[in-house]
Amino acid sequence: MALLEVNQLDVRFALRKGDVHALRDINFTLERGERLGIVGESGAGKSVAAFSLLNLIAQPGFIAGGEINFEGKTLNTMSERGLRKVRGNRISMIFQDPMMTLNPVLSIGAQMVESLKAHRRISTRRARAIALEKLRQVQIPSPETRLDQYPHELSGGMRQRIIIAVALLLDPDIIIADEPTTALDVTIQAEIMSLLLNLCEEHNVGLILITHDLGVVSQVTQRMLVMYAGRVIEQGPTREIINDPQHPYTQGLINALPQMATPGEKLNQIRGSMPSLSNLPGGCAFHPRCDFIKRADGRTRPACVEQVPGFVSSGNCRVACHMVAEMQEDRRLKEEESS
Amino acid sequence: MIAFLIKRLFHALLVMFVISIIAFAIQDNLGDPIQQMVGQSVPESEREALREELGLNDSYLTQYLRFAGNAARFDFGYSYIFNQPTTEVIARHLPATLELVAASTFLIIALSIPIGVYSAIKPRAWLTRFFMSVSIVGISIPVFLTAIVLIQLFAIGVSWAPFPADTGWGAWLNDVVSTEGGMPAYGRGDPVPVFGTWETNFASLDGLTYLVLPAISLASIMLPLFIRLIRAEMLEVLQSEYVKFARAKGISMRRVYFLHALKNTMLPVITVGGVQIGTLVAYTILTERVFQWPGMGLMFLDAIQRSDIPLIVTYLMIVGLIFVITNTLVDLIYGLVNPTVKLTGKPA
Repeated sequence: MALLEVNQLDVRFALRKGDVHALRDINFTLERGERLGIVGESGAGKSVAAFSLLNLIAQPGFIAGGEINFEGKTLNTMSERGLRKVRGNRISMIFQDPMMTLNPVLSIGAQMVESLKAHRRISTRRARAIALEKLRQVQIPSPETRLDQYPHELSGGMRQRIIIAVALLLDPDIIIADEPTTALDVTIQAEIMSLLLNLCEEHNVGLILITHDLGVVSQVTQRMLVMYAGRVIEQGPTREIINDPQHPYTQGLINALPQMATPGEKLNQIRGSMPSLSNLPGGCAFHPRCDFIKRADGRTRPACVEQVPGFVSSGNCRVACHMVAEMQEDRRLKEEESS
Repeated sequence: MIAFLIKRLFHALLVMFVISIIAFAIQDNLGDPIQQMVGQSVPESEREALREELGLNDSYLTQYLRFAGNAARFDFGYSYIFNQPTTEVIARHLPATLELVAASTFLIIALSIPIGVYSAIKPRAWLTRFFMSVSIVGISIPVFLTAIVLIQLFAIGVSWAPFPADTGWGAWLNDVVSTEGGMPAYGRGDPVPVFGTWETNFASLDGLTYLVLPAISLASIMLPLFIRLIRAEMLEVLQSEYVKFARAKGISMRRVYFLHALKNTMLPVITVGGVQIGTLVAYTILTERVFQWPGMGLMFLDAIQRSDIPLIVTYLMIVGLIFVITNTLVDLIYGLVNPTVKLTGKPA
């Protein structure tokens, strides 16, 4: 059994005008030491997915269905007390903006020690020693002085190192990193990312990396999910998806990378923008932006507009797209004819 | 730290200078002091001689310098009504006011923090809605009305019988809506002398009962204000990333609320609070009047009614001084709570 198993996860936000579906039918697993990437545009539900794993979604969000199994325990039905023993201890998180993540009025040492003391019965002196050791692991300059400093005395890159150290404090099984380098200076991004990658490999920690940087995903993760409007639309081994994306949206994303454009020409883009979750188009949520809904004879594929696509397998990947299903069907028919 | 104190001392002197100009202007323009001192029958020539003798014909600058020089030595002249140096009169009335303000401040701090935090943590709870409605009412009702209602309810007492008294439940309900009264609501009782002219109400149970109603009245405006302020700040802090991060670390919610969130919530509250404590001293005028509390506020009203200009001027200067001192103290406390403020002024 996998370390973490998410089945049919369904998250909604209870608003006055009715529930808004933020996540539908999310399925994935994470093995011990495995690294999984979740990519998608802003608003696709990546962060909600990350926060729902530890049941930390902000009000009025709630998990409406599905299961999150961690080491055989179901997290989404667990008591707050039980969840607290998992949070920061077995599964820890790294947030997006290091300038906002640390409490401005508490010293670095205090914020690290409290985390250790919440999960282990140890003395403050012992906790400080562990904290210092973790600060050394994240290669922060002069770690001894950092414990008594306050967040405002440190740069963004140093703060993110400290947050990584906090995440590693209790030797967790999984770290969920929600866009850990987005808010950082470009020159620091690579440093922090490779630090995180090395530490995860060294300690055999599973990583769920949420990002919209496809380059980072391809370098760091073994498997990935592509999300669009609250659904997973393509998932599988990272290398296969990056090299041969099946879903038109994933193709568009990869095509939109600056290195894919012809020098001197405009950058490629996906036309339109992602629909609001409270007002999704019928059928495939991507169809208004999709270039493939017209068939060879010029007619629109009715299924794209009418039916939510189910998953089809393609190699080791799973893709939710009518076009892919149809093409596979065509190919199969052709193969049958020729044989 | 020392640099900070010197800087603040300089600010304080500047503020006191401005206040002294205002006080001086009042002294010079509020009625004719000669008229106050002598009767109708004194002839104009004698008045003029007295005017000359008191230096009232000198230039404004000379008069102000004389006033400021005396003020620096805490000499504001003699009160007409008490026929004593005004500073002695103030010293006799100051303890009563300060104790009243201290009692109110204690009430405000002790109640506003738990209530404000509770209503931020449970924004939809029944009790929160109750607190919020009551606090709106509390802000809207003037202090003197609150005071009069309190006196009627708890000093005089009301016995109502809107329910049939011959049934068991009716008698019980009548008991509920009626109050016994008996709380002292006039003066300070017999305060215990501490040192010099300082007598305290805090040293005896009897003294404390005299404080109850005036302190509640005085707190009635600020308490709701602080409850709402703390709630609003706390609601904002609870949305912050560092609170989410603290939760993601798996520490107890008690620690998240009362350490991570509350400490940040209190920063703006401390700033506002410092100014409001000064305002509280001003509000004592109304409260002391209604309860005949023998403090500076009551004394000040008397001084105005009888045009005791030296006493009015002294009161203004002393209240200004209290404002300056409390603000400096609050800045000091703020610097201790907020690590991003460096009192020394050195770059971090």
